[in-house]
Amino acid sequence: MIKAKNLTDIEYLYGHKACPGCGLGTIGRLALKILGARTIVALPASCMSTVTTQYPQMNYTVPSLTMAFAGTGAVLTGMSVGLKALGITDVNVLGLAGDGGTADIGLQALSGAVERGDDFIYICYDNEAYMNTGVQRSSLTPIGANTTNSPSGTASYGEKKPKKNLFEIMIAHRIPYAATASSAYPYDFMNKVEKTKGIKGPKFIHIMCPCPTGWGFASDLTVEIGKLAVETGMWYLAEYENGKVKMNVIPKTIRPVEEYLMKQRRFRHLTAENIKLIQEHTDSEWRLIRERWLLPLTR
Amino acid sequence: MVNKSRSSRLDFINGDEAVAYGAKLCRPQVIAVYPITPQTIVVERLAEFVANGLMNCEYVYVESEHSAMCAAMGASLVGARAFTATSSQGLAYMHEMLHYVSGSRFPIVMMNANRTLAAPWNIFGDQRDSLAQRDTGWIQVYVENGQEALDMIIQAYALAENDRVYTPVMVNLDGFVNTHTFELVEIPDQHDVDEFLPPFRSKNAIDFTNPRSFCITAATEWNTEFRYQQQEAMNNAKKVIGEVDKKFGDQFGRYYGGLVEEYRCAGAEVVLVGMGSVVGTSRIVVDRLRDLGVEVGLVKLRFYRPFPVEYFKSLSTRVKAIGVIDRDLSFGYEGAVASDVKSALCSTEVVPKVINFIAGIAGRDITKENIEEMYNRLFNLIKGGDEKELQFIGLRWES
Repeated sequence: MIKAKNLTDIEYLYGHKACPGCGLGTIGRLALKILGARTIVALPASCMSTVTTQYPQMNYTVPSLTMAFAGTGAVLTGMSVGLKALGITDVNVLGLAGDGGTADIGLQALSGAVERGDDFIYICYDNEAYMNTGVQRSSLTPIGANTTNSPSGTASYGEKKPKKNLFEIMIAHRIPYAATASSAYPYDFMNKVEKTKGIKGPKFIHIMCPCPTGWGFASDLTVEIGKLAVETGMWYLAEYENGKVKMNVIPKTIRPVEEYLMKQRRFRHLTAENIKLIQEHTDSEWRLIRERWLLPLTR
Repeated sequence: MVNKSRSSRLDFINGDEAVAYGAKLCRPQVIAVYPITPQTIVVERLAEFVANGLMNCEYVYVESEHSAMCAAMGASLVGARAFTATSSQGLAYMHEMLHYVSGSRFPIVMMNANRTLAAPWNIFGDQRDSLAQRDTGWIQVYVENGQEALDMIIQAYALAENDRVYTPVMVNLDGFVNTHTFELVEIPDQHDVDEFLPPFRSKNAIDFTNPRSFCITAATEWNTEFRYQQQEAMNNAKKVIGEVDKKFGDQFGRYYGGLVEEYRCAGAEVVLVGMGSVVGTSRIVVDRLRDLGVEVGLVKLRFYRPFPVEYFKSLSTRVKAIGVIDRDLSFGYEGAVASDVKSALCSTEVVPKVINFIAGIAGRDITKENIEEMYNRLFNLIKGGDEKELQFIGLRWES
């Protein structure tokens, strides 16, 4: 188990230029603390690459590669098979990509890499929109969110489509290991990263990364917002391995989504009716989760 | 000085197979390829080599050409020699990645089977696919036959991995005319190739004792300097291409002549410039016309990038007219090769007249008669006749 006591003091990512309160720096930093010095990082066009690889101020003390937006999965394949061809077996190949770079433009390359079974860890840090280009919606933007290209207005309540379920897409690949996580639950996340080290083949972690700038909350509320997402059932922490899904946190009572929504500028335009719609959607998602994963299968 | 190969053998193979043998001899550690006509035979033969234990490498079934180039780049990053091959739509699809690979200086070698681009959809050959990649920062070479295809794959690695170059190389074969035509090809001995091409020791690979960030973000303050270095590498390549050709020729007995090869240009009043398979047909026409005492010559343009600008400047004082055969067209202007030839000539004291012949589009044959007609038009031009600067050869209508 990873605890504060046994966590290394060595930093492999520091000095980055992310916005104050951004969960991204924490995610990269903690993941690399677990994976260690013999790790190669691939980053597509994203907040992550923009704030960490601006020549000449490089922020990684492990080798890194900034990649084309669509190609993270494929470049991880190339690194992984290249190392294999050279007989190098003790190196972690890590991809750090955003929600758009993973669920939209990068989905094909990711699917290809997972299908091929190449050995890598892919972490999708999900700030629920194209934040690097100025908050445009992605397929992981939640329903009701106001973004710069899904604005709310007299004829719209903002984003119309619910979030695509990336975790289930990965499960459909029968991937050796997939998990969801949150930057507000660092030990849960770090232990999931730790677990990937012992598994051959593709590993995928979808981590919620609250974004003060894009979501509209004060920079000292990142952890609180991240926790509220889980407590209101708008996000969940789960793992898939050996063909089974395990929920890591099961809220006894799920708090109303309104408590999460109203703390963020992107949702403040929502009417009571809109919020009801989102609550219904969340409830129906949880019904599905319970039906599929929480109850044991009976024959 | 020719050290005759130990046990090279002659085989009757097509151009794609020649490429596959060439790649095999270079011992790539990672092959990432996606099938597309008329490149597919390369994909198949390499897969067979691997399946039969004749190649020790990782063969990756990528799900697109974009991913093929991504995977090749990832492999090169960790220090593996990488190979890929594509054509036409596939090349267009990986366009973005061509910039990434050249800009971050990964010495990857790729074969491209020249095929036209949709629409109208067509699988047959012309060179608009690769010529449209002009500014991607790749070295581009065009081969005339299967032997040159095999030899240039080997030379391409020596060139790409040269310390002064570190730039990716695209080896272009005309779709079907080169890729599917069977010829007798000499396949060099593995030991000889090993001697010519040492194992890849990348200076642009990961090193955990000295971790570096690759393919980084370079803001306005630094970007020009990165581009300047790419231009310097291309300029160096002009020299290295000749050196590699000399070394290859000394070892294997076949010299190709660097950026261009002149064929019977001595005393020529008019010359044609061509790339790829059309050169083979043109040689026959030149021989016949020369036998009749007609003073014609042929310039085989081998490298499109780096472009042999100095050569064309020097040609300006020796000939009266130049015909440039383009198997492509930049709509709204002219053929891409013609533009570059004219641009090289424009600052010379005497500028020869130039006609741009658009021919061989989407696999249309360029016949010996077509070539002879081109020479006739060049002679008509220097005698004061009226000739359009841009001419479509074999067009069904009057242009």
